[in-house]
Amino acid sequence: MARVVATYPTASAPGSDSILDLPERTLWGDAWRRFRAHNLARFGLVLYLLIAVTVVAGPFVWTIPVGQIDFTRSNAGVTWDHPMGTDDLGRDTFARVLLGGRVSVAVGIAAMLISISIGVFVGASAGFFGGKVDLVLSRVIEVFLSIPQLPLLLVVTYLFRPIFVNALGPEIGVFVMIVSVIGGLNWMATSRLVRAGFLSLREREFIEACRCLGVGPGRIILRHMLPNTLSPVIVSATLAVGSAMIAEATLSFLGLGFPPDFPTWGRLLNDAQNYITLNPLMAIFPGMCIFLAVLCVNFVGDGLRDALDTRRAA
Amino acid sequence: MTTYLLRRVTISIPTLILISAIVFGILALAPGDPLAQFAANPDVPAEVRENVRRQFGLDQPMHIRYVKWVGSMLQGDWGYSFASRVNVLTLIAQRLSTTILVIGTAYAIAILIAIPLGVITAVRQYSMIDQIVTTLSFVGFSLPTFFTGLILIIIFSVNLNWLPFVYDGNTKDLWVQIKQMIMPVAVLALFQAASLARFVRASMLDNLGQDYARTARAKGLRESIVVVRHVLRNALFPVVTLIALQLPNVFTGAVVTEQIFRVPGMGALLIKSIQDGDTPVVMGIVLLSSVLVVVMTLIADVLYGVLDPRVRYA
Repeated sequence: MARVVATYPTASAPGSDSILDLPERTLWGDAWRRFRAHNLARFGLVLYLLIAVTVVAGPFVWTIPVGQIDFTRSNAGVTWDHPMGTDDLGRDTFARVLLGGRVSVAVGIAAMLISISIGVFVGASAGFFGGKVDLVLSRVIEVFLSIPQLPLLLVVTYLFRPIFVNALGPEIGVFVMIVSVIGGLNWMATSRLVRAGFLSLREREFIEACRCLGVGPGRIILRHMLPNTLSPVIVSATLAVGSAMIAEATLSFLGLGFPPDFPTWGRLLNDAQNYITLNPLMAIFPGMCIFLAVLCVNFVGDGLRDALDTRRAA
Repeated sequence: MTTYLLRRVTISIPTLILISAIVFGILALAPGDPLAQFAANPDVPAEVRENVRRQFGLDQPMHIRYVKWVGSMLQGDWGYSFASRVNVLTLIAQRLSTTILVIGTAYAIAILIAIPLGVITAVRQYSMIDQIVTTLSFVGFSLPTFFTGLILIIIFSVNLNWLPFVYDGNTKDLWVQIKQMIMPVAVLALFQAASLARFVRASMLDNLGQDYARTARAKGLRESIVVVRHVLRNALFPVVTLIALQLPNVFTGAVVTEQIFRVPGMGALLIKSIQDGDTPVVMGIVLLSSVLVVVMTLIADVLYGVLDPRVRYA
């Protein structure tokens, strides 16, 4: 995220008596130091990166095919061959969890990018132009906040599935649909933060100076106002990854997400539900993965919120 | 006050119109024919199908259908379920008592747990108890309800065999009723209490540092009086607003929790209707919850003014 500020030179370093020789302290550097001081956030970041690397690289190393059926080993417990056990058809749960993790992480990040883009665009337009634009956009935000998220998510994914599946195939189509619907319904909080930031920045002297110098609105927004509202955007982007992962898992868990043979963490839990008396391990491992990933994201978000809060001097 | 109320109500009307248009639009634009089950049946001749289509008004342009739909909704005619031929309002009313009982209990318990926890953690900020509760509340709202539900089932139904995991909506036995409510209520209450406790803590921390709290202490009041009578009363304003905004969920149910424990409430009805393509019921539930959110936002705004005399009605 930012440059790491080097530790201060020791007394033996040449020329250290001059304050000018001290390494430059940047705002990002300060934020990074505060972030590192936040134990839970550091733990979250490390574990999240570990999960991400494992699910991306894992399927190359752990080469048991996700669809390999072996009835002699169905509902087997934890063994060296199957570190997370097997499911009702004797398929290796670990391989399925690894592949499912790729989908979950990809959905989380892609949906976050969509929701942040919409959120920043709407919030920036409302806050910068104010007046009628603001009035209309604020009403739109309010409407989207009033419609209950989960029911709308369920209805839209159910009804519009055929369009996406026909256009892009059952897997990519469902992915694009889920990502755009989750992203498209989760931008309002970001919008409100950006709008509030822009409304107060608009009245500041340096923006006035820009206008006097004849800087165009596009440049003022991108170069001067947006960087000053970046902190809340970064925090809500982090938290959006977690909520998108939960939303995808919820959809798949309810059977309205990815198709049955396509393992995602939520889908694996849905399959496990029917064998809960026989094989509880099938539910525990994918569930733990969702929980840990979301927990890490929330810890990182909290750490970033503290680290980027410039009002709080560290 | 009256003018503010009038103005506030007037602002809500365009929001309601937009919401109804969006809900109608999504379902009207969705691919798939509401008469598909007739089309699939070879015994139904084409002209009969056309008659049915005309009878339902499906041959008319969309804006006319929208106006007619809104008109009949306002008169209390919410249509009939395609699947069960029962009036939508009757169907919703049947499910309402179960949902209010289960979800309402969960929310009540969550509030009762969250407020004391939030107060204690804020008063003893950075103490051992604060760190434990804060970490636990992170865990609480990072745990998706479908995972906690499955874990509780594995522990208390499968292994210990203490609690039933299929909810029986027709039981008259009070003890059976209590036993079957424990798990769904616990799942929801944990999640709600976790996020609410954090919110109460943040709100308390905002107020504990304020001048009036110092004044109260300077007068020689005991710390317990300062915290409970002065700070808590002020810190609860935003909390009351948040609770009011979450109240609609008590009526529209918790889709995931109801699904896991087979609670025959509104959430389960919604899922079943979506899967059956039962458009009138889906529209009814989504619209009902959106309207409740708008009404609750209105009430929360007004309540805020009543509770907090500093809020001026301009």
